[in-house]
Amino acid sequence: MGMTFAEKVLASYADEKETVPGQIVTVHPDHLLTHDNTAAIIQKIPDELKQYGIASSDLPVIVIDHVVPAASEKTALNHKNIREFVNKHDIKHFYDAGEGICHQVVMEKGLALPGKILLGSDSHTCSYGAVGAFSSGIDRTEAAALMLTGQTWLKVPQSIKIILENTLPTGVSAKDLILHIIGDISASGATYCSVEYHGSVDTLSVDDRFTIANMGVEMGSKNSVFFVDDITKRYFSSIGVKENAYSPVYADNGAKYDQKLNYDLSKVVPMIAKPHTVDNTTTAESVQDIDIQQCLIGTCTNGRLSDLEVAADIVNGKTVDANVRLLILPASRTILKDALNQGIIQTLVDAGAMILPPGCGPCLGAHQGVLSPGERCLSTANRNFKGRMGSKDAEIYLASPATVAASALTGHITDPREVMS
Amino acid sequence: MTVWKYGDDINTDMLFPGKYTYTCSTPEEIKPHLLEDLDASFAENVKEGDIIFAGKNFGCGSSREQPVVGLKAVGIKAVIAKSFARIFYRAAINQGLLLIESAEAVNAHSKGDKVIIDADKGVIIVGDETFHFPQLPPEIIAIQQAGGLLPYVRKTLKKQK
Ligand code: SF4
Repeated sequence: MGMTFAEKVLASYADEKETVPGQIVTVHPDHLLTHDNTAAIIQKIPDELKQYGIASSDLPVIVIDHVVPAASEKTALNHKNIREFVNKHDIKHFYDAGEGICHQVVMEKGLALPGKILLGSDSHTCSYGAVGAFSSGIDRTEAAALMLTGQTWLKVPQSIKIILENTLPTGVSAKDLILHIIGDISASGATYCSVEYHGSVDTLSVDDRFTIANMGVEMGSKNSVFFVDDITKRYFSSIGVKENAYSPVYADNGAKYDQKLNYDLSKVVPMIAKPHTVDNTTTAESVQDIDIQQCLIGTCTNGRLSDLEVAADIVNGKTVDANVRLLILPASRTILKDALNQGIIQTLVDAGAMILPPGCGPCLGAHQGVLSPGERCLSTANRNFKGRMGSKDAEIYLASPATVAASALTGHITDPREVMS
Repeated sequence: MTVWKYGDDINTDMLFPGKYTYTCSTPEEIKPHLLEDLDASFAENVKEGDIIFAGKNFGCGSSREQPVVGLKAVGIKAVIAKSFARIFYRAAINQGLLLIESAEAVNAHSKGDKVIIDADKGVIIVGDETFHFPQLPPEIIAIQQAGGLLPYVRKTLKKQK
């Protein structure tokens, strides 16, 4: 019988010929991602670390990104504890503050490879399905246990097959597509499931796939996956990963899916997720009169070079509305450097944007652009939960980089196709 | 015993706001902020043995174990929901907080009903109705019986060395 992607990867890691949904398997993941929460994780197991050490110095990937540079004595101390831990245990894959958001860094450094298993104490660890990896989020306690033992259990998920048709129209992006899908199947529509993307995926770049896989958890999925094709291969060669360094895993013909869904890309329009859930979606056109005080372009969902480029094209030669603060948050140092070299940052700053250091910035409400009661933010992030960016009486709307850039110019939610044409 | 009742898609920011995640990690630090943006009366009035009923997708959002640690620390006996988000579900297993997935039990509950839970038998009684929930797989029962994931891991590490 044919196996899905998840069944196949988990079978191979569990040394089984095949696996079926619901089965519990024990796996040794290739990498364990932790970020600023590394400090809290190692605090749980000081004696065990002393006695047994870590499972392997190659396993952890540690990125300091959530509150960078440190915003308080407490966060500074966390960072310091992490650096000491890294030195003591000779952690191979450590990236200090300023390198970028963990998920972007994992991708850029070629740590997420096709067919590999990556787990991380961050819910958006699911992003690496963009390049054919099996990746999923876990909690801090589990990360602590993994740090010590290198193994954990996983339940083999059921799978959903999403079949894409045609191409996205001009002014419409992968972000609009994933908001459209989540609005359609709801925030719990893929709970516990592995989501496979099939069909006209060759119209989507690796950046697009990243955005879509990143938001998989917003519909409850365990992981999402785009199968390796020429686009993935070109991406890997652009970051210096050779083709013989990975072996892609594909779902079999005849694999069994819990659900099959079809989406016609040519019908997707610029979308908005209204407060306070990601599935509370509507078209940008239908909420044009809503005014905003802060615009955020960045985060692990949409802080890549192509996103900043789209934004720069829209604001080029124009000025951000006087009542709006436009924050730009490049997802990594590499992206920031490229955006500097290509004049993208210049264009954005000329239009009135503020540039934040690569990292999570205001996405989690800890610093840099926290909202006051009664304020409204239009953001390219992945979550609009109540209180996420500061006050519980503030509102977060989610959209694509094009929509956020267009709206920054007008001061209210704007369908980007209006300013682009 | 109080039954706290909430709707669908209760996310981790509602259960424990993200702005505290790098400054609060012990149960004592967590407790006052539990459910802060969802129900301001919860942290003040919750008592040992209380139960939470909720709709679909409870615990969706960030990987954040503070709500699990906090709910366990204040003595929540069980969260009974129509469904749970998966990272939250794992976190509860790892901390030894009892989660029960039973849409029927949630639907059956009305204000004032008494609720009795027998986890070993997989039974919930709500008012006069009895509902069954499936037993967990043995791998997970072993973690629970050890008192959570870290005690379990400590035991296995000791055996190996
Ligand atoms: S950018 Fe936001 S969503 Fe992404 S890892 Fe950071 S806090 Fe999480």
